[in-house]
Amino acid sequence: MDLLEPLQSGIERRALLEVALLGGFCGALGYWITTFRLSYPAESLAHGLLPGLVLAALAGVPLLLGGVVGVAAAALVIALAGRDPRVGSDTATAVAVTGLLGLGGMLALSPDAPTRLEELLFGNPLGVSDGDLIAAAVLALLGCAALVGLHRAFGAVALDAAGARALGLRPTAVRIALLGLLAAALAIAVQGLGSLLVLAVLVAPAVAVRGHFDSPGRAMVAAGATAVVAGVAGIYASHLLGTAAGASVALTLCLAAAIGAALPPRPGGRPAKDATPAPHVPATGPNA
Amino acid sequence: MTSVSGDAPMEGAANAVALTDVALSYSGRSPVLDGVDFELPPGSSLCVLGPNGGGKTTLFRALTGELTPLRGRVRVDGRPAYLAQTERTRLDFPVSALDVALMGSLAHGRWWLPARRSDRVAAHGALERVGLENRSGDRFGELSGGQRQRVLLARALVQDARVLLLDEPLAGVDPASGERIEALFRELRDEGRTLLVSTHDVDSARAFDRVLCLNQRQIAFGNPSTVLTRAVLEQTYGDEIVVLDDDGSGGPVRAVTVQHHHH
Repeated sequence: MDLLEPLQSGIERRALLEVALLGGFCGALGYWITTFRLSYPAESLAHGLLPGLVLAALAGVPLLLGGVVGVAAAALVIALAGRDPRVGSDTATAVAVTGLLGLGGMLALSPDAPTRLEELLFGNPLGVSDGDLIAAAVLALLGCAALVGLHRAFGAVALDAAGARALGLRPTAVRIALLGLLAAALAIAVQGLGSLLVLAVLVAPAVAVRGHFDSPGRAMVAAGATAVVAGVAGIYASHLLGTAAGASVALTLCLAAAIGAALPPRPGGRPAKDATPAPHVPATGPNA
Repeated sequence: MTSVSGDAPMEGAANAVALTDVALSYSGRSPVLDGVDFELPPGSSLCVLGPNGGGKTTLFRALTGELTPLRGRVRVDGRPAYLAQTERTRLDFPVSALDVALMGSLAHGRWWLPARRSDRVAAHGALERVGLENRSGDRFGELSGGQRQRVLLARALVQDARVLLLDEPLAGVDPASGERIEALFRELRDEGRTLLVSTHDVDSARAFDRVLCLNQRQIAFGNPSTVLTRAVLEQTYGDEIVVLDDDGSGGPVRAVTVQHHHH
C-alpha cells in the first residue's frame, strides 16, 4: 500500500488531521480522566448527549452546538438523578443515561429526521467539515494550554486531596475544571467518533500508557501520542479494509490499550505492596 | 460567628491555634463534634486522642478550612500543613519523592506556572532535612510508610507552614523512620512551629505539651498529667481503653486503646 495514498484525498486528509488534533488533546486529557477515576462519568456524558446531537441535526444547526447543549443537558439530568438517596448514584446515572439514549434514538428514528443516526452514534471522521477542523484545532490549542496550566494542581489533588486543600488548592474546583475540559472535548470529538465511540479516544490511550512512565507529564504526552498514532492507523485501516472510519479508529485505539496493558510495566510502575505495616514504634512524642 | 483559617497570620494574637466553643457538622446536620475550646501557643505540641469517629479528623478538617463551623470560631496562624495517613495518599500515582516535596511550593501561589528554581532548591533541602536526599528520584508509592511520611513532612517544610496537622504519623512506621520523624518533630517545635498530632497511642501523649481528648465533644484539654487520668480516658474511649497501672489516686495512668493494642 502506498502510505501517501490517503493523503491524496481531501476527505481523508481532513480525517487524518481531525484524529491527530483530537487524539493529541483527548489522549492527554484522558490521562487525568482515568487518574481521577472519571471514566464512567465520561461515558455517561458521551452517551447522554445524543439527544442534543439529534435535535441539532433535526434543526439543521451545527452539530457542535448540539454537542454543547447535549453535554450540558446530560450533566444536569445525571446530577439531578444522582441526588435521589433511595438509589445509588451509579444506578441513577445508568437509568438517566439509558433514558437519554432512548430519547435520542426515538428522535433520530422519527419520520422527519434526516438519516444520520448511524453517524451520530458511531461518528464519521471522513465527513468532517472545515468548520469541524477549526473547532478541533481551537480545542487542541486551548485545551493543551489548560492542561499545562492545571498540571501541578491536578497532580497535587490526585495524590492527596486533603493535603492539596491545605496547600491552598480547591479540590472540588480542580475536579470541576477537569470536567469542564471533558465536556468541551466530548462536544467537539463526538463529531468525528460519535456518541458511542468517542470514549475510546479519551480512555484507551491512557490505559495504554498506564504503568509505563515515571511521571504524569511523560504519561500524558505518551497518551496523546498514542492516540494520534492509533487514530491515524485507524484511518489507514479504514482505507485499506473499506471499514467504517469511526469504528476503525475506535478499534485501533482499543487495540493500543490492549497492547499497553499486556506489556510489563516499567520497574516501579506499580505501587509498592507494603500493605503489611512495618513494626510499630511506640511513639515518645516531640518532647522526649 | 466567623471562621478564620487561611493565609493571614493571627493579628495581635499570641496563640498559633485558637478554637472558641466550636461545633462542627457535615452538610449543616447535627454536630458530629461539639464544645471544642482550646488555645495553643506557637512552638507547642498537642496530642489529639479519641476513638475512631470521635472527631479527630473532623477537627483537622476545620483547621484546614474544609469545614466551616456550625458555631464558634476557629483561628489558625497562617495556612496549616496537613499530613494525612500515607495509606490515604494515591500510591499508584507516578510521582517521585522530589515531586511530592515540590508540591509544598503550591502554597505560595502561582500554581498555574511551573515550579521555580528556588522551589526546587527548597524541595531538595527539605528532603535532605528528612534524610531522604538520596531517594529524591524514587517513586513515592514505592517508599516505605515511614519514608512516605518523611516525604510529606518535606512537603510541609517547603510549604513553610507555622502549624502542622499530622494524622497518626507513626502508625505502621518502621523504627528508623519513627525515630527520625520524632527528632524532626522536636526540631520543628524548637523552630516555633506548632504541631497537632492525632494518635491512638495513649502512652505517647505523655510527651506532648498538651493533650486534647475528643469523643464527639471535647472531653478534656490540658497538660498530660491532668488529662491522662482513668476517668477522662474512660469517658473518651469507653470500653476501648485498657488501663495498665492505676494507683487509685485519680492521677495520670498508663493505658492502651484496643485499636492501638491490635496494631
